[in-house]
Amino acid sequence: MLVTGSEPVVVQGITGRQGSFWTERMLECGTSIVAGVSPGKAGRTVAGVPVYDSVTDAASEHPLGVSVLFVPPLAAKAAALDAIGAGVPKIVLLTEHVPYHDVMEVLAEARERGTQVLGPNTAGLVVPGEASVGIMPGFATSIFRPGNVGVVSRSGSLGTLVALQIAAAGLGQSAFIGIGGDPILGTTTTDAVRILDADSRTDAVVLVGEIGGTMEEEAAAYIAGMDKPVVAFIAGRSAPPGRRMGHAGAIVTGGRGSGDSKVRALTEAGARVVDMPSQVATALAAHTSRIGPPPEP
Amino acid sequence: MNLLEHQGKRLLKDVGVATPEGGVAASPAEASDLAATLGGRVVVKSQVPAGKRGKAGAILFADSPPECEDVARRLLGTTVGGHRVDLVIVERAVPISHELYAAVLDDATSKGPLVLFSTAGGMDIEEVNATTPERILRLPVDIRRPLPPDAARQLLADADLPPAAVPMLVDVLVALYELYRSVDATLVEVNPLALTETSSCVALDCKVSLDPGALGRHEDLIRDLGGDQSLTETELEGAARELGLQFIELDGDVGVLANGAGLTMTTLDAVNHYGGRPADFLEIGGDAYTKATPALRLLLGRSGIRSLLVNFCGAFARTDVMTAGVVSALEELRPDIPVFFSIHGTGEDEAIRMVRERLGLEPYDLMDDAVRAAVAAAGRTASSDREVVR
Repeated sequence: MLVTGSEPVVVQGITGRQGSFWTERMLECGTSIVAGVSPGKAGRTVAGVPVYDSVTDAASEHPLGVSVLFVPPLAAKAAALDAIGAGVPKIVLLTEHVPYHDVMEVLAEARERGTQVLGPNTAGLVVPGEASVGIMPGFATSIFRPGNVGVVSRSGSLGTLVALQIAAAGLGQSAFIGIGGDPILGTTTTDAVRILDADSRTDAVVLVGEIGGTMEEEAAAYIAGMDKPVVAFIAGRSAPPGRRMGHAGAIVTGGRGSGDSKVRALTEAGARVVDMPSQVATALAAHTSRIGPPPEP
Repeated sequence: MNLLEHQGKRLLKDVGVATPEGGVAASPAEASDLAATLGGRVVVKSQVPAGKRGKAGAILFADSPPECEDVARRLLGTTVGGHRVDLVIVERAVPISHELYAAVLDDATSKGPLVLFSTAGGMDIEEVNATTPERILRLPVDIRRPLPPDAARQLLADADLPPAAVPMLVDVLVALYELYRSVDATLVEVNPLALTETSSCVALDCKVSLDPGALGRHEDLIRDLGGDQSLTETELEGAARELGLQFIELDGDVGVLANGAGLTMTTLDAVNHYGGRPADFLEIGGDAYTKATPALRLLLGRSGIRSLLVNFCGAFARTDVMTAGVVSALEELRPDIPVFFSIHGTGEDEAIRMVRERLGLEPYDLMDDAVRAAVAAAGRTASSDREVVR
């Protein structure tokens, strides 16, 4: 999913420490936050945003396009189901360590209702100059500046580093889609690449992948048919098999999910795979002449 | 969290799946007693969280109590796949007519539970999947409902099975799914699932993995099973887990401290890329910066560290806040190895000033340069050590 500055956003868990902190940051980025939700705290305001007990309540007062969830892991399922039930079309589930069965229940319900889900365990979504939904430093102009490179990343910190390299090279981003570090995700690598492929502002795609799972291999099948250039970096290529490297999805098991198999699949699909994040910007420039300078801010 | 076979079998019994008669033994004498109670031929299986135990010689047979005692003596105390054998299962050997495979697992593609069934049980299922995937039948399940017996029956209709076995196997699949749901498992696997010569169906071996994120709602179960220690972690890793830190011990000499799983992994890759060897994976994103001192104490307490690389890129956490934690920790611990910083993102100006003013160090503009310097310093320290030894 992508987001525009005019899409109305509801923040679930807005009165919490992270929720209130990031509400202010998101507002700085141009995001239209129209409502917040914290059960039992209706009637308050956070950064001028009115607070409701449930998304259902908020939806009766405001049209809602996106919900972003700052809720603890064991409360995430109920909160997400509240948003889906209230008919919010897009949900950004930032929470890490949501039980997998809860995630699957949420995704089953979302699929039935036609709700798009980003995450869980994602850092969120940034459209530089427009809006930011989540916990990426979309307000930092040294990292995120409007441009034509779309970035897909499972990791927030590594995605930030790559966005920084792109900005430092004088380029900018059309969008950053953080898909999340969990094994089961609402929006997969392929989904995100497909979104950027269809996005008219995106001229090239940077895919920041990781060991574990087979999402990058599946995305390679789509990339093989793409006209836009793709530059990829796969993290964790030196990780020992069987060890879970922080992200629940980042584990090499039984010959599946190795860095080598991802690099091979992406290379065969025509993507330019680099060894270090610092090579991304150079690879972008070398790969195509279509990457122009970003528009003046 | 992977359960041991005997723990998994207890859960299977709870949902009505038959397992061979037997018990666990921690000593040869206990094993002998079990064999005497069971009578006849028994199988003795090492309880370690490692696969391919048969091939590793960790599963043996015995025909009498004295032989069982002898076999248990040979297995107990040995190391299988890096794990010491403290416990063996002693079970009555089952006369088998068919070896089947059945599992329920989280499936990333269908984004829901997936039931797997195969008549190619007893074999390496990953090998079967790679060479003859058509031999594995697959049934995606709507997680919001129990597994419908009719769906299980339809799945089994495609397998070449003795007709009398089908109703029994439907019950087993429904029970495996129930277990999977009730304990928040990520995997419940029975291989082999045996059809016996006496027309019953028995789980000969099993693997049950629980979702670490859901352990909070299964505290009674975890206590019952004897705690939630990961059976694969080192002493330092256990200490880190107690602190709530993500720490993995590796065998190199460049200490690595970074924020976020992706960036930490990438930092390890970068150390390797520039010819060094990372000593650890230590992720200090989120609120973990408040634990910088114990985290660094753990890391520096590990022998053989020759340089320390701190790599921050602010997304969720602010680099100035994380850096403040690390700078205080370094002031307190005063390690006698060189430290290298690379700091980018939210709050970087403040963070860089802190490192300059309080530690007298100059952070690197580029992550690659910081990595190169840390790798070079590890090498330099290594060679000067050798000179001292000589």
